[in-house]
Amino acid sequence: MIDVREEYDTYLTDYATLEQEDAPALLTRLRKAAMDRFTELGFPTLRNEEWRFTSLAPLTKVPFRLAGPERQGPRVRSLDRLLAGTEHGQRIVLVNGHFAADLSRTDGIHVGSLATFLKERPEWVEQHLARYAGYDKYPFNALNTAFLRDGACIHIPQGKTLDEPIHLVYVSLTAGEPTVSHPRALIVAEPGSRATVVESYVGPEGDVYFTNTVTEIVLGEDAGIDHYKVQRESTEAFHIATLQIHMQRAARFSSHLVSLGGSLVRNEANSVLDAEGCECTLNGLAMANDRQLVDNHTRIDHAKAHCSSHELYKQVLNGHARGVFNGKIFVHADAQKTDAKQTNQTLLLSNDAVIDTKPQLEIFADDVKCTHGATVGQLDETAIFYLRSRGIGSDEARSLLTFAFANDIVERIKVRPIRAQLEEVLLASQGLPREEGGEAVA
Amino acid sequence: MLTIFNLHAKVDGKDILKGINLKVNPGEVHAIMGPNGSGKSTLAGVLAGRELYEVTEGDILFEGKDLLDMDPEKRAREGIFLAFQHPVEIPGVSNKYFLRASLNAIRKHRGQPELDAMEFLKLLKEKAKVIHIDPTLLDRPVNAGFSGGEKKRNEIFQMAMLEPKLAVLDETDSGLDIDALRIVSDGVNALRSKERSVVVITHHQRILNYLVPDKVHVLVNGRFVKSGGKELALELEEKGYKEFGYVEPKGKVTQPVLS
Repeated sequence: MIDVREEYDTYLTDYATLEQEDAPALLTRLRKAAMDRFTELGFPTLRNEEWRFTSLAPLTKVPFRLAGPERQGPRVRSLDRLLAGTEHGQRIVLVNGHFAADLSRTDGIHVGSLATFLKERPEWVEQHLARYAGYDKYPFNALNTAFLRDGACIHIPQGKTLDEPIHLVYVSLTAGEPTVSHPRALIVAEPGSRATVVESYVGPEGDVYFTNTVTEIVLGEDAGIDHYKVQRESTEAFHIATLQIHMQRAARFSSHLVSLGGSLVRNEANSVLDAEGCECTLNGLAMANDRQLVDNHTRIDHAKAHCSSHELYKQVLNGHARGVFNGKIFVHADAQKTDAKQTNQTLLLSNDAVIDTKPQLEIFADDVKCTHGATVGQLDETAIFYLRSRGIGSDEARSLLTFAFANDIVERIKVRPIRAQLEEVLLASQGLPREEGGEAVA
Repeated sequence: MLTIFNLHAKVDGKDILKGINLKVNPGEVHAIMGPNGSGKSTLAGVLAGRELYEVTEGDILFEGKDLLDMDPEKRAREGIFLAFQHPVEIPGVSNKYFLRASLNAIRKHRGQPELDAMEFLKLLKEKAKVIHIDPTLLDRPVNAGFSGGEKKRNEIFQMAMLEPKLAVLDETDSGLDIDALRIVSDGVNALRSKERSVVVITHHQRILNYLVPDKVHVLVNGRFVKSGGKELALELEEKGYKEFGYVEPKGKVTQPVLS
């Protein structure tokens, strides 16, 4: 039963056009199933428990058209600036979700476009693609999958260590009218492999567009991935993202998710610890000002015994900004000896900023260690006094402590150019001088 | 340098200081000793400008200027430095960045040019040698994850960098083992000069073996009950505070929180 509503008219129109194109059988099949599911689910409303603090009305009322690969207009000139910080190592650039060969630097073997992998190794892709980020329940995954065409693909072979970080840069360039892109990434780390992946989302400031992105990461036995996501969309943009992680025995995964841009942002970071001995770290920082809304949802499924997870999410909210944090930890009946720790800290810098924070622990095993804590507050007066007693003025002391609160996450980033760049952004956001010839925190 | 007249102060509506008089000349080291709850940390906090403490009577002159009229940053810029009993941890800001912001704020106030990154690093290395502080600590976030001894040494290092005219050491010796105590005292001694004065606030006589005072004041129940030379500290160690009118309170003494 297909319920056609006005708010997805443009999506249906664009889908119909996409259906006319030649495509690999796998994609055609996935798209069809996903589009059917999306039209059944529809956009979530506030009545949906998972969306009760985040109204999608600003998003659903905009008639977004599917963005093409074209790079036209004055915005093209900002490309270099948008790609800053990703000059070294392998890089995949997706413009409006389309692989941009001229901007990407890949070895074509382990790192490349999803379309190429689909052409050359369709069976391998089929084993993984859309197997983890299900579209059955989550409408935005369904919508992304319905428009699957290309994306980024990383396959790290067994035992291989890739020393240099791999950059995935998602650029949105609109041609004037509001457009939507559905970027997709599939990252598979075979047993014993190691890699660092940095995902950056960028777009020219002031542009109105919608990024609906899905990244699936699979870690084989004893594999390790350090993942970073830097979301610096236009402050007029909509950003809805799913990061779906699946971990095998003794795998180690860490993610740092830094959310700076966007007018309405929803991040889902979900991890399934599906075998014994896994270690998963999900950290995040959201900075929001004016009328920005940032909603972070995390979910960690401890499916098997002897796994640990650590989670630290921080929000800095100013102006009329709104923040949401929902952290779910499910400890399944088999997951004895689970060690899970979740912390959520919010700094409210104005009287009009609002945070809704909700830890959600569901524990079905009896021999586990699970802790969670949420704090919401203003800057610590004792720390302010400490800085002032060293000659630092009251306003600067507040700025410095706000920077410090946020930088606590950024300084954990091991990729130096990304860390330095974000520190500069944080310092500038607080009106503080940058550290010449080095980083604020070495 | 520093003159305190008849200082009375309250914390949470409770009278803590009940008429303190003190004169510290340039180059002098004064020790203020007293039992728990006598008002030692309150005096330190009042000097540094902590808002927690309400001055109800009296005056403080610092180089002839009205100290109570200045906010904490102004006092620091004028040359007062408080080494905290419990230095604050600030994860997310490196010692280097913090110190440069601090030093440049003070230099600006004094009409000196701000130091650029190179000049600052040079000074940092010089002072690190004087205080024998591990330079890698300076790249780390302010006091975060430091041991008790490292925190105290970092306070003295900040003092060396900021070159105050008057340093107030609030129980800098508490929680230090004998080696750490010697290192911290050596650091302070290295900074002693004819122009720089030091007020050492302490519970124990121990630190005064290394940091020899010109004058010793015994603070009991918010008043100086006796003042004298360095030998007074030894007398105090021998006889205890009871000889000086201190009555041990029944139950637990609650300390005002001065981090």
